Amino acid sequence: MEVIADAISWVLIALGSFFLVSGAIGLIRMPDVYTRMHAASVIDTLGAMLLILGLVFQAGFSLLALKLLFVIALLFFFGPVASHALAQAALHAGIEPLLAEDRRGRDVPGGDEPEPDGKQEGVPST
Amino acid sequence: MRSLVLAVALFLFWLALSGHYTPFLLTVGVLCVALTVFVASRMFIVDDEGQPMELLLAAPTYWAWLYVEIAKSAVTVTRIILDPKLPISPTFTRVRASQKTSAGLATYANSITLTPGTITTGVSDDILTVHAIIREGADDLEAGGMDKRVRQFEGDT
Repeated sequence: MEVIADAISWVLIALGSFFLVSGAIGLIRMPDVYTRMHAASVIDTLGAMLLILGLVFQAGFSLLALKLLFVIALLFFFGPVASHALAQAALHAGIEPLLAEDRRGRDVPGGDEPEPDGKQEGVPST
Repeated sequence: MRSLVLAVALFLFWLALSGHYTPFLLTVGVLCVALTVFVASRMFIVDDEGQPMELLLAAPTYWAWLYVEIAKSAVTVTRIILDPKLPISPTFTRVRASQKTSAGLATYANSITLTPGTITTGVSDDILTVHAIIREGADDLEAGGMDKRVRQFEGDT
C-alpha cells in the first residue's frame, strides 16, 4: 500500500516538475509579455497542482493533506486574479501585444446593446 | 441563513487548520468565527456576490470539468512551447458572457484566465476581451462551449 502511494506520488511529482520546467522554457522562448503569461499559466495550473497532488499522496490521510488541498484551492482562486491584473496593467502601460490576428473590433453575436468601436476595449475605463 | 452557512464554513476551516481540539481552543475558534461573521455582515459583504452559497452544490462537478479543460489546454500550450518552430498565433478577441449573476460572470472570466492559453484582459458589461496564444483558442471561446457550461453551473435562478 505504501509502495503504491509512493509510486503514484512520484509519477505526479515528476509530471508536475516536467510542466514546471517546460513553463520556464516557455517564459524564455515567448516573444512578448502576453504570450509569456500563457507559458507561465502552465506552471501555476497543471504544474503546481500535480506537484501538490503528489505531495498529498506523501502526506497520506491527514490534516496535512487537507492543508495541501487548501493550497491548491488558493492557487485556483488567486492565480487568475493575479494574471488578469498583470495583463490589464500591461495593457494600461501601453504595451502593444504582438498579434497574428486582432478580432477586438468584431461584432459579438447574441447581444442587444450597440457595439462600442472596440479600439480601447482592453483598457478599462475606471 | 447566509451568515449561518458562512459561520459553519469558517469554523470547519478553523478546525482543519488548527488540529488541536482542546475546549479552550474550540471556544476561541467559536468566538473568532462569531466576530468575523459580525464584521462581515456589518460590511454588507455577506450577499450573493461575497458568499455565493447557491453555487456550493454545483461547484465540485464544475471544478472537475474545469480541471480536465485546464489539463487539456496545458498540454496544448506545452506542445507549443516545446515545438522548435514555436507555432504561436496570438489573437485578441471579444466574447459575450451570458451569465446572469456577477458571481457567474466572475467564474467565467476567471475560468478563461485559469485555462492556459487564454487570458481575460478586460470586462465591460457582458463583453470579455480575451487574449489567446493561438487562433484556435479564440475560436473555441467564440464557439461558446465554456460560456454554456458556466451558465449551467450558475443554474437558472
